[in-house]
Amino acid sequence: MTDQDWRRTRRAVLSDAAGVGVAVGALGLSFGALAVLAGLSVLQTCALSLLMFSGASQFAVVGVLAAGGGALTAAATATLLGVRNALYGLNLSSLLRVRGPGRLGGAQLVIDESAAMALVRDEPRQARLAFWATGVAVFVCWNVATLAGALGARVLPDPEALGLDVAAPAAFLALLAPRLRNRRLWAVAVAAAATALVAVPLLPSGLPILVAGLVAVVAALLGGGRGTNRGATGGTDRSPAGGNDGAARSGAVAGDGAARGAAGGVGGDRDGVGADGGGR
Amino acid sequence: MWTAILLGALGVYLLKLVGLLVPRSVLEQPRVEEVAALLPVALLAALVAVQTFGAGHQLVLDARAAGVAVAALAVLLRAPFLLVVALGAGTAALLRLLT
Repeated sequence: MTDQDWRRTRRAVLSDAAGVGVAVGALGLSFGALAVLAGLSVLQTCALSLLMFSGASQFAVVGVLAAGGGALTAAATATLLGVRNALYGLNLSSLLRVRGPGRLGGAQLVIDESAAMALVRDEPRQARLAFWATGVAVFVCWNVATLAGALGARVLPDPEALGLDVAAPAAFLALLAPRLRNRRLWAVAVAAAATALVAVPLLPSGLPILVAGLVAVVAALLGGGRGTNRGATGGTDRSPAGGNDGAARSGAVAGDGAARGAAGGVGGDRDGVGADGGGR
Repeated sequence: MWTAILLGALGVYLLKLVGLLVPRSVLEQPRVEEVAALLPVALLAALVAVQTFGAGHQLVLDARAAGVAVAALAVLLRAPFLLVVALGAGTAALLRLLT
């Protein structure tokens, strides 16, 4: 990539990051307002945004406390919801290659948005820029907005009247769409959404998201692991291409390339996953 | 309340850190890589679904669904990120104003 290309790319990444920051900031306003209305002080509300810095976990803390739940339940719910951040970190660690104190600071910035923005970039330098720029933009906007929302809780119009509760799902949708590059990824997305919805009436709030995460694990176990001896189950989810699968695999056996080599042989059905992994 | 805030924040932070500290060799197993590639798709889809239809322990169809539908249309038409969010929120706000 030439210097000029990189400058253009950098501008695009930075403007995306700023956009995400502003969009998340809108949600931060409603978080600040909601937390104060639920009985937290302005200081407590800001501490949550500064120290926890994970929207879903913060809403969970406020929700549990407001519903009369105990401190330990609130903390446990928030922590459980944070499990997905560990999984993002797993994905990001090889990409970011940060050491020492940088890692301690970087860890705080591992959230839905920074991970999503980094992991859609195939090129490591872009991915690192996307992670840091998005993380910092969201951190600043989220905390400023939390303070504004907390202070303005009693003067602000109802966040719902402004449609602010739709800002988050709309933003997540915009982050999700570019990832749906083939039928398999669509299937995982639809199955995960359906699973989460079925779980909503049955499980404490927050857990449906985690249960939906299991859909990804199951899908990976059913269709993945092509480097190993899993021919019998490996072909079942794509029967039309099943015959191709074995041939492709035997052609590309060794190591890291095996999974992607096989994927390429299945009529391009899994190209998106392959390309996604290829950047790392 | 401070107990919930500080303990919860500590738990969430440690999970973020653990993810970054896991050795790279774990990631190089194809199945782990596969899970890692599929997981963000699943979690984002679930977040969209729950934040669109969830209300406590119930599923409801309200102005949020219309807002997210308009946002989805904007995504299909390749609208920029901020416009997607603004159209979604604006649609819900407008519907609530009218009903």
